[in-house]
Amino acid sequence: MPGAADRAKLPRVEMPKQDPRQRARNFSEVALGFTPELAQTEAGRCLNCRNHPCVDGCPVNVPIPEFIALIVQGDFLGAAQKIKEKNSLPAICGRVCPQESQCEARCVWGKKGKPIAIGGLERFVADWEREHAPQAPPSVPAACESPRRGVRVAVVGSGPAGLTAAADLARLGYSVTVFETLHAPGGVLRYGIPEFRLPKGILDHEIEYLKSLGVAIETDVAVGLTVGLDELHHREGYQAIFVGTGAGLPSLLNIPGENANGVYSANEYLTRVNLMKAYRFPEYATPVRIGHKVAVVGAGNVAMDAARTALRLGADDVCIVYRRSRQEMPARHEEIVNAEEEGIRFHLLSNPVRILAGSDGWVQGMVCQRMELGEPDASGRRRPVPVPGSEFTLDVDLVIVAIGQGPNPILTRHTPGLQLDRHGCIVTDADGRTSLPYVWAGGDIVTGAATVIAAMGAGKRAARAMDAYLCSTVLAGQRAGVSEGRG
Amino acid sequence: MFPILAARLLAPGIHEFVVQAPRVARKARPGHFVVIRVDEKGERIPLTLADWDAEAGTITLVVQEVGYSTRLMGQLAAGDALQDVLGPLGTAPPIEKVGTIIGVGGGVGVAPLYPRIRGYKQAGNRVVAIAGARSRDLLIMVDRLRECSDELHLATDDGSVGHHGFVSQVLEKLLDSGVRPAEVLAIGPVPMMRAVVEVTRPRGIPTTVSLNALMVDGTGMCGGCRVSVGGVTRFTCVDGPEFDGLQVDFAELQQRLQQYRSQEKLAADPAQRKEACRCLEQLTAPSFRG
Repeated sequence: MPGAADRAKLPRVEMPKQDPRQRARNFSEVALGFTPELAQTEAGRCLNCRNHPCVDGCPVNVPIPEFIALIVQGDFLGAAQKIKEKNSLPAICGRVCPQESQCEARCVWGKKGKPIAIGGLERFVADWEREHAPQAPPSVPAACESPRRGVRVAVVGSGPAGLTAAADLARLGYSVTVFETLHAPGGVLRYGIPEFRLPKGILDHEIEYLKSLGVAIETDVAVGLTVGLDELHHREGYQAIFVGTGAGLPSLLNIPGENANGVYSANEYLTRVNLMKAYRFPEYATPVRIGHKVAVVGAGNVAMDAARTALRLGADDVCIVYRRSRQEMPARHEEIVNAEEEGIRFHLLSNPVRILAGSDGWVQGMVCQRMELGEPDASGRRRPVPVPGSEFTLDVDLVIVAIGQGPNPILTRHTPGLQLDRHGCIVTDADGRTSLPYVWAGGDIVTGAATVIAAMGAGKRAARAMDAYLCSTVLAGQRAGVSEGRG
Repeated sequence: MFPILAARLLAPGIHEFVVQAPRVARKARPGHFVVIRVDEKGERIPLTLADWDAEAGTITLVVQEVGYSTRLMGQLAAGDALQDVLGPLGTAPPIEKVGTIIGVGGGVGVAPLYPRIRGYKQAGNRVVAIAGARSRDLLIMVDRLRECSDELHLATDDGSVGHHGFVSQVLEKLLDSGVRPAEVLAIGPVPMMRAVVEVTRPRGIPTTVSLNALMVDGTGMCGGCRVSVGGVTRFTCVDGPEFDGLQVDFAELQQRLQQYRSQEKLAADPAQRKEACRCLEQLTAPSFRG
């Protein structure tokens, strides 16, 4: 193995991708993953530094240098198990985490050259394990003996926060039931993130793993309407409940013409394609409008996903319309590059002012105005200011609005006593505890729209706090009951 | 899966199903709806509840064959099952004693009208019901409406029973004869609800309508069901489905209901569907090999 100085000179191994022209017309995964050779070469660059700053950059503190060392040794299965000590969804995180602003941002090689491709390596070992080590149900001997067995815990929402909380609670021995409103579990991983970025087969596999831990999943339950939190607790015997219902309420532009036919929220567009599989219409019965000229308003990850989906469905021309400049675009750099490579055009410093519809009710164009950047606003980004007399019309027949999502309203509107902030997010303490005694919450329903991994971190913290609560209440009561019985 | 315990034909192309869905039945209130999927590859479609039985754990759905999913549903019988039933969804309005209520139902809209006026009757109101359809054989649930109303009027487009014409004309006659309802509730096709509102608006009578917008999730996540009410965009699924009829932009609603007309034709025609599926298979690469 080369010494540290030599290793610093080695280039970062870039992950192979599908050719942009090809991939822009199919729904197969864009990034193809490392081969074992590429993974070991990249892993070999890791210094295994003692103070491991990368681990501190990870919201769930994956033991990064340790799993990378196992890759170097060729123990890929061991590496996967090492990650799973902290992260139950590595194949997903390896694909959708913003590593460039988390673990990789802290990598010491980042200061001199290029950081270790931690995300790519995480993905590699998770994929390797899935393909080579058909899963035996994990033995949880400690949990089987655990006094926690038989204590019922509910998780509301099966997105990243809920799945993580459920996995951790099940590993501790609790009897966990996950309630999901839609007909399939996964939350935003199912309805939001497209196949070409996160194949649904991988999500299915991760959910099977969760089931193998003993987690039950009940779909078609909108907690708040189908059953109340109080009923889950008092009637169905769930001693503690974690709420991870996410941010799925689409924000709209509130400009004239927005209700014309052919104007979608990104949520609707992506849900039709991802959850309902409209890209395989009419084999699947849900249709979606195929635009020829498509404008996507917004520049976050959801906007990139919607734009690239439109292209894959057969649009001739797709553009992003964003009111600030390139520097302020909230999407991951990698996804912006992917979108550009595929031919998505960018109208920056442009803001829609009205949508034009034809006499048939369908979108015919979108009038925008040019913007320039003024003083920084509350978010620290420079505020976009309209340029007078700068209106121009984009010739489009489909508009997708991707300017953010608010907290899902169903559970919060129908749960008296649950404290919310002025945005409608649930108020919690650092451990996720809400104003209701047996209810914890985490993920986007608490923070507003954020990342998959941040939601997972919140799910982990809440699971720990729920365990502490249950140990000091229900389980302590059981023990007291037992000793009283003996006496 | 949600087993179908009973299925029967109420009228040509209109079916009634009793479906086992204990959680939904326990929480159902007049005005609620469910989102269902017939099978694994099906659409999610909203259906307003026609009835429920909390003790038996069942809900009753009345479905008219109009599109792909409803036609598929028309082929189901007792012993079959629905893939998914989510609910009860929407905001169930409070039902109070207000005096006289006129309930107007058109076509298959008579079904969701039934539990609403039953609720009003139980709350001690005087209930006048008006039910209409194209012709006598398409008029449904007349006996049930009669049971929970003080007065029942019928109308058919072809005059085969009751008033020869529209329910809105019957309403107009009633109002002209001096009936002064506290509220008019109208459920049915968009043109019918629109005609009802044209009758009540000049007379200043509060009018509630139940809207049948297109939906995907039914829980506020897609916004496909958005409708302009008093110039403000509302989501039918979580803010409705009942709204102040005097404020609803019916033209926009009607136009949004047409969005998938060409695709619906394709999906509903088995021959075209098969052909399109074959083309698609040749076009799309397998998306995940795992």
